[in-house]
Amino acid sequence: MDAVTDNLDLWWGGFLRSLGIAAWAAVGSLLLGTLIAVFRVSPVPVLRSVGATYVTLLRNTPLTVLLFAIAFGLPPVGVNASFYVFGVVGLILYTAAFVCEAVRSGIATVPVGQAEAARAIGLTFGQSLGLVILPQAMRAVVPPVGNVLIAMIKNSAVVGAIGVGGDLFSVHNRLTSALGYSQLSSAAGMAIGFLIMTLTAGALLAVAERRMAVAR
Amino acid sequence: MSAPTQAVLFDAPGPRARRKILVGSVLAAAAVLAVLVLVVLRLADRGQFEAELWAPLVDPRTEEFPLVWERLGGGLLVTLQAAAVAVVASLVVGVLLATARLGLGRTARLPVVGLIELLRGLPVVVTILVVDTLFRTIGFDVATFWSLVVGLTLYNCVIIAEITRAGVLSLPRGQVEAGLAVGLTRGQVMRLIQLPQALRAMLPAIISQLVVILKDTALASVVLSGVDDLLRVADRLRITLDNPLQTYFVVAVVYIVINLVLDRFAQWLQKRLSRGRQGGRAARAAMAAGEATTGA
Repeated sequence: MDAVTDNLDLWWGGFLRSLGIAAWAAVGSLLLGTLIAVFRVSPVPVLRSVGATYVTLLRNTPLTVLLFAIAFGLPPVGVNASFYVFGVVGLILYTAAFVCEAVRSGIATVPVGQAEAARAIGLTFGQSLGLVILPQAMRAVVPPVGNVLIAMIKNSAVVGAIGVGGDLFSVHNRLTSALGYSQLSSAAGMAIGFLIMTLTAGALLAVAERRMAVAR
Repeated sequence: MSAPTQAVLFDAPGPRARRKILVGSVLAAAAVLAVLVLVVLRLADRGQFEAELWAPLVDPRTEEFPLVWERLGGGLLVTLQAAAVAVVASLVVGVLLATARLGLGRTARLPVVGLIELLRGLPVVVTILVVDTLFRTIGFDVATFWSLVVGLTLYNCVIIAEITRAGVLSLPRGQVEAGLAVGLTRGQVMRLIQLPQALRAMLPAIISQLVVILKDTALASVVLSGVDDLLRVADRLRITLDNPLQTYFVVAVVYIVINLVLDRFAQWLQKRLSRGRQGGRAARAAMAAGEATTGA
């Protein structure tokens, strides 16, 4: 394991860079995913079909194809950015489709009677949504969205593997090609880096689930 | 799915609400149209609709067309083979893992649980790379195709194991009790009574998992050399044809069509199984256990 123990500072840098990709993608996909979920449950049919089309297309395209299409397809049409930005954008677009479905399934768990009761005592649409439905939906949404985000952290490895530079994958490549460390121990180091991220996220999610749990 | 959601959020609209919805629809449609027009204009401005960029992919009269599709077809075959082998292998290993987890005692179960957590925590792309590195380090000289298949299997078998566990646990207790009462051993109960029922209920969830595996085969293009799957073939074509946007568009359409067909099939199967009361419950439990996986 000398590839790991000799180069702890390199690995730490790579870890932070990989964490950064995941963090940006988490913020972006939560925002975009929630927006699309709002589209999908809105009373406006056009918005509903926009949301449904987005989810259908993005869910069934491999992330790798999406990332390649963005990174190699956009520069010819005059959209230029670094691989890092392209990678994060691709990951956001892909993950948002899954966040949307998770949020939607959370909203669907709120019993119909809650909304009916809210309307019956005369709350407006905004009030019943803001005071009655969303607070309950938020709790129900935590586990599925958390699972999507953990999957996203794993997918952020693909962004790194495509070559944004500085992340855990590029540390692995540098150690094995330029510095001549053994492939296996270096790959193990990279695996440990990702495990730290996903296992921590999993533990945090378990705590959040326990605190959010409600008896129904 | 959308009907109950809507029932939660708003009442059946009256005349005033219907007018508002109509206004909203018109505005939203205009916005969508505007974005589409902008994108199309930009693409046209950059010459992305030039016939020479599309013709090799869509026009059977060009001389490139048969060659291009022969290669893409070959790539698709590799993709489908890898996915098929990986799903069958994951099923076998996954059911064994689930049986071990369900059948072993509290302490004997620990290594199995640990293994499941480890494989679940690793990104698939890393698992594939580690498997490939391991193969080459120990001198196990197989084609990289098998690194892909083994990597995908390791990642997906734990998900199948979770699906199986959920399916088995959702069966009524009476099934086990009746089995034990007629003198079957625990192993026989699992093999003859619980697994057959669970597996039937798991079918839709397994087909959904096949979609995930199919998408994940594309990762070979990122970390392995020598696997000529659909994406790798496309990647080479777009360099020769110099039309990245068009080639990736066509390839994405191919993936989407195949996955949609599988998805519809899974839904149809789910609906069929849900007609029976018991099967429906187990099918839903199995589906929920696999739902968290997004694939890459």
